[in-house]
Amino acid sequence: MIEVDQLNLVTSEFMAIIEAIELTKTYRVFQKQEGVLGAIRGLYHREYREVRAVDRISFAIEPGEMVAFLGPNGAGKTTTLKMLAGLVYPTSGEARVLDFVPWQRADLFRRQFSLVMGQKNQLWWDLPAADSFQLHREIYSIPQAEFDKTLGDLTELLGVAKLTRQAVRELSLGERMKMELIAALLHGPRLLLLDEPTIGLDVVAQAAIQKCLRDYHSQRGVTMLLTSHYMRDVEALCDRVLVINHGAMVYDGPLSGIIEKFGESKLVKLQFEGLAPDDLGRFGQVVRREGPFADIRIERSRVSEILSAVLDRHALADVTVEDPPLEEIIAKVFEEARLDHDAA
Amino acid sequence: MTPPDGLAAPSAPAPSSAATLAVEPLPRHAPPRGPIATLKKHTKILRVSLSERMTYRSDFLLGTILRFLPLVTTILLWKSIYESSGASELAGFRYREMIAYLLLTHISRMFSSMPGLAAGIARDIREGTLKRYLIQPVDMIAYLLTYRVAHKLAYITMSIIPYVALFVVCRGYFDGIPDALTLAAYALSLVLSFLVGFYFEASVGMVGFWFLEVTSLLYIVMTLNFFISGHMLPLDLLPSPWSTILKALPFQYMAYFPAVVFLRKITGWNLVLHLLLELTWAVVFMVLSRGLYRLGLKRYSAYGG
Repeated sequence: MIEVDQLNLVTSEFMAIIEAIELTKTYRVFQKQEGVLGAIRGLYHREYREVRAVDRISFAIEPGEMVAFLGPNGAGKTTTLKMLAGLVYPTSGEARVLDFVPWQRADLFRRQFSLVMGQKNQLWWDLPAADSFQLHREIYSIPQAEFDKTLGDLTELLGVAKLTRQAVRELSLGERMKMELIAALLHGPRLLLLDEPTIGLDVVAQAAIQKCLRDYHSQRGVTMLLTSHYMRDVEALCDRVLVINHGAMVYDGPLSGIIEKFGESKLVKLQFEGLAPDDLGRFGQVVRREGPFADIRIERSRVSEILSAVLDRHALADVTVEDPPLEEIIAKVFEEARLDHDAA
Repeated sequence: MTPPDGLAAPSAPAPSSAATLAVEPLPRHAPPRGPIATLKKHTKILRVSLSERMTYRSDFLLGTILRFLPLVTTILLWKSIYESSGASELAGFRYREMIAYLLLTHISRMFSSMPGLAAGIARDIREGTLKRYLIQPVDMIAYLLTYRVAHKLAYITMSIIPYVALFVVCRGYFDGIPDALTLAAYALSLVLSFLVGFYFEASVGMVGFWFLEVTSLLYIVMTLNFFISGHMLPLDLLPSPWSTILKALPFQYMAYFPAVVFLRKITGWNLVLHLLLELTWAVVFMVLSRGLYRLGLKRYSAYGG
């Protein structure tokens, strides 16, 4: 840790917003036995199992980055976010967030970030959102003029200006989430930690949240780390992706890199002048063949070779080459990580 | 581990001046210091809490009126107890004083009872809503105290008319209004009973850090408190070791003590001593609730959050 501190001193201007070093969290989980007898036995003899939720992960996030944090359910994403927000102590390892040790929960630290959890609400249920915003203004001591401006901008951006006087419990899930987001952004945090901010929302509401985050990022240069199971969120917002599985880091790099690394095949969509021939199976896996249309999945390295072979033989009206959907690639990354984990 | 170009470098020409804000060493809102800033913040919490309380006005009014109904049966019960015993005094209380005492414990409880406080803390812990006190720059206990003050202010404001009406109707049970000094001591004892009640229940709520399910514990504590605070009957009425023991415990300050101050049963230096003791208990429970909160947070942060 000493070396890291010294490094921070020298390069404080370019200091990472988040720096995690070998961060590890182990939970002790009570193993309840089956049946009544088991429950009684559990009263005096408890069996525990150690669960390593996060396993020695290290990464650094620079100011202004928008990073997606991906992994299947139970991979350790939320636990990591909780450690970075200072809610949970790590079992071992170090972290510095905004130059603070998060779990010391310094007042100044808490004024500079927001944690938004898609399934938890922070607003007062029985009050209009506007009252909760006022409360935030006092808690974070935001100057009135700045508060008014930020609030005006955000409610307009999210199209909820008319709803702030309505009790939060009467809002739809999408409207409520927008209000949560506004509450989280009011004090102008330098760091936003978002845990599935679009969960359960329809496509329109999802897009509105994405747009708000994007605009806010371009205006304020806020740093964001978000988890999501919707690849739309990731594609719309993030250039860099961290993938964890079983608590360990599997991938850290640009989003395009993940497609290159794990997307081994491409989807070639062909439109023939006449009917699509029925011998396309030798080029690759035929996904669809209907009239003049045929979609073939082809190994990445062989795309140009196969395309010219097809062109030699047939007259084509149109060709498009696509990467497989990101969902498919991510699923594959998760699957490979699972196999590695099981083997080890 | 290198971030993509362009995004990482804070020195790159920013699309707007705001981008440079992200790397400012100091936040734009320095935390306000001093008691005035804190007071201002909590005044706002108070105002917002107050308007939340007012949301359920009709429920509130109905609750207040229904609260008085058992009084009628209590008065009739004590009337028959005094008549059948044939004594004019029970443990130093005449019949009229007894009824006055029971009416006054209602006032005491109006200050010292904290419906839902302990259960609310336990629920915040269990359901994880406690997070917001850890993430936002606000202290949970101070926040809850402000919220409770708002709650009490709303309650007292709204029930002042029915209470005044009740005491006018029942004025025959009182020997007039006590002198100014007694009234001041009474007011002080009520404010302190609010603090004792608040920090006591807050301490009970902190048990939620160690046990997931606290409903039955809370039920036992609250039922017991109803009796040992003297809400049901004056503590003097109990057989000798018990009344002495209960009067040494802090619970008497939540109902018994303010009532007997008003009835001028405790006066002079004895009154001063008890007011100091009441203050001491408020401080003891404050320290206890803070200590438990600290310990609880350690555990919470280690096991889950």
